[in-house]
Amino acid sequence: MHTQPMRGTSAARLRSLFARLHGVGPLLGLALICIAGALLNSDFATFDNGMNVLTRTAFIGIIAVGMCFVIISGGIDLSVGSMAALIAGLVILSMNQAGSWGFPPLLCVALGMLVAVVLGGVFGLAHGLLITRGRIEPFIVTLGTLGVFRAFLTYFSNGGAITLDNDLSDAYAPVYYADLFGIQCPVWVFAVVALLGGLLLNRTAYGRYVQAIGSNEQVARYAAVSVDRVKVVTYMLLGVCVGVATLLYVPRLGSASPTTGLLWELEAIAAVIVGGTALKGGSGTVFGTVIGAILLSVIGNVLNLTSIISVYLNAAVQGFVIIAVAFLQRRK
Amino acid sequence: MGLSVGFRSVVKEFGPVRVLHDVSFDLAAGHVYGLIGENGAGKSTLMKILGGYQPATSGDILIDGEARHFASSRDSEALGIVLIHQEFNLAEDLSIAQNIFLGHEKRRGWWLDDAAMRAETARVLKLVGLNRDPNTPVRRLIVAEKQLVEIAKALARRARLLIMDEPTATLTPGETEALFRLMDRLRADGTTIIYISHKLDEIERSTEEVIVMRDGRFVARSPTADISRQRMANLMVGRELSDLFPPKDPAPAGGVPRLLVQNLTVPGWAADIGFAVAAGEILGFAGLVGAGRTELFEGLLGLRPRTVGRVEIDGSAVRIGSPREAAAHGLTYLSEDRKGKGLHVAFGLKENLTLMALERYARPWLRPGAERAALQGAVRAFGIRAGSLDAVAGSLSGGNQQKLGLAKVLHLEPKIVVLDEPTRGVDIGAKRDIYLLIQALARGGRAVVVISSELMELVGLCHRVAVMRGGRIEATLGAEQLSEEELIAYATNARH
Repeated sequence: MHTQPMRGTSAARLRSLFARLHGVGPLLGLALICIAGALLNSDFATFDNGMNVLTRTAFIGIIAVGMCFVIISGGIDLSVGSMAALIAGLVILSMNQAGSWGFPPLLCVALGMLVAVVLGGVFGLAHGLLITRGRIEPFIVTLGTLGVFRAFLTYFSNGGAITLDNDLSDAYAPVYYADLFGIQCPVWVFAVVALLGGLLLNRTAYGRYVQAIGSNEQVARYAAVSVDRVKVVTYMLLGVCVGVATLLYVPRLGSASPTTGLLWELEAIAAVIVGGTALKGGSGTVFGTVIGAILLSVIGNVLNLTSIISVYLNAAVQGFVIIAVAFLQRRK
Repeated sequence: MGLSVGFRSVVKEFGPVRVLHDVSFDLAAGHVYGLIGENGAGKSTLMKILGGYQPATSGDILIDGEARHFASSRDSEALGIVLIHQEFNLAEDLSIAQNIFLGHEKRRGWWLDDAAMRAETARVLKLVGLNRDPNTPVRRLIVAEKQLVEIAKALARRARLLIMDEPTATLTPGETEALFRLMDRLRADGTTIIYISHKLDEIERSTEEVIVMRDGRFVARSPTADISRQRMANLMVGRELSDLFPPKDPAPAGGVPRLLVQNLTVPGWAADIGFAVAAGEILGFAGLVGAGRTELFEGLLGLRPRTVGRVEIDGSAVRIGSPREAAAHGLTYLSEDRKGKGLHVAFGLKENLTLMALERYARPWLRPGAERAALQGAVRAFGIRAGSLDAVAGSLSGGNQQKLGLAKVLHLEPKIVVLDEPTRGVDIGAKRDIYLLIQALARGGRAVVVISSELMELVGLCHRVAVMRGGRIEATLGAEQLSEEELIAYATNARH
């Protein structure tokens, strides 16, 4: 090949500038919406409001980090909202059960948190095995469990709500409401999960394998990558993320009902896509996903604080943003 | 009747890079022209301009004396110019007949005329010698059969100027011979043919005149009968080309084989195969497409369902159920399908290079610096030419992609390497580099298996060659019996 190295030419510099802009696109969008929000309502740009938004983002954000791995590996998980609901229900039931055995409240809470993470991992394992060993499309598997998880929650709750006992609720509350340096607990967890996710994706062999499988599964298989094992781990990772998000969410309301976690799967997937990850897999970033999640909840927040567009149209605005982002990021 | 073509000062630039410099030459109607040059010489780009797939930056193309500017391949196809790509343009899930008529469907009123399309497809498949039902989904075809479908597609379009870019890269000698007979017939009908190939023996066999390009420029033309292969090669590389193959090392003495395989059966492809390779030995596998060579080794690695009697490495029995287990035992495989199974074309060079040995770079965090150093080492050792070390693999030329693929399967420092079509679609200069590399691998005590459809390559490189036919090893020929004629005879059952 006789292509000359392209350094130094102005066209190449312009192109690399665009490539870099491409990467910061979601960040730029977030900045623009924040500026608009600050101009429209003086309450927007306050620390309290910022923390409020970030705390609400944490649940979807943590799930989106796990979702990011699944989508980059070329898969999808539609069940995360239902999974969160079922985990929330089972966590409350098991904590109430432990409480009725006379366990101290703090032990009950620890037990419940452990149950959340383990259940997430087990559900993810089931997904992974059905997809790899069972050779069923991830879309189908998780469409099935989407129904299964929520139906079981509805069954356990008898169509109503499962409520955490009062003394347990008090012991559990700090997991959601406590703060460190003025920042609420879920935000810290979100930050840690995002940081770990970024490291895992970019700086470990596992993360490279995830990208390799999403980019071309055959090539990865021929290159001696244990494709099945990596995929199973990816779904387990997402399950654990759902578990973590749920254990942060439960103390907020102290109950689980058939509407818990409704449409979370769409919000998580949207955050990943808005963050610049291709739905067909292969490449994407955790950072982009985090920005995507924040961007989507800031939109809702701005609509809440201003009266230009009805807050009932929140989902419509988010939908337009998703389509617009996909439009800007399309490649030839 | 065929078309005549004139190129007038054709220039093509991709951004700042000029890939065609002022190319001018004429082709008369109804003749077969060979167009040769190394990878990157600009042959494919020039043909894509002629086929309407890319616009020229400046210059004219005259068709039958009239200047034409094609906005798309549809425009050029309307005149009867058909380009058969090096890379296939087939919709995998459609049938052969649906692919052949894609965009040109026959209709009867509002409805598709499937019967007519199937009949026409059957006719052109017969012409190219592909014995398949027109309703077969393309996904089920192997690479060589897809190539034949591409050629059949051109025939169905009733080409008056047929451009074939490396059509035989994936074909076996028998299929290649059938293609040449077809070309003779087309020429007799008056079709103009431009034939691009790296295989100079094919150029010699099938063309009337040779045109040589180098570095984006027209270099020379000559009636094929008046030019030797040696001269063609020299014109292509622009320097004297010494012997293509390094002198062979003596075959290693017996002893415990590095790799011993017994009773390996891959249902539908290979039955009860056994062979052994010694350390320092290069064992070739010859055979027609469909003889089961690739499938045999994919089976050995556990990439296909198979049953295996016994596999020994250095005398001890091993179990190989996946490429990962094979790699753990020091056995790696370079696939014939570079884009589909060999390289991540959208990945960077270093990510491709280190993928098989990635655990070595993780402790537990990956070290980009070490990966980069490894890439710099591989670029030097394998002579990979890339514009930038940060380029993606897909931006490299075919030859350099192949070298990267070799570097990748060797990065694990395996004891045994299986190289499937290691020089497919690679220019002569890169071929020689790869031959030297293969010899160096054997010298370093590795057992090397080379699967190839280029018989000259097997004869020039291997200590022994196993010839497969219909899923069985017909014969294993030692160095003293090796010749292209012998190999063809066993591969086609002419000898018994």
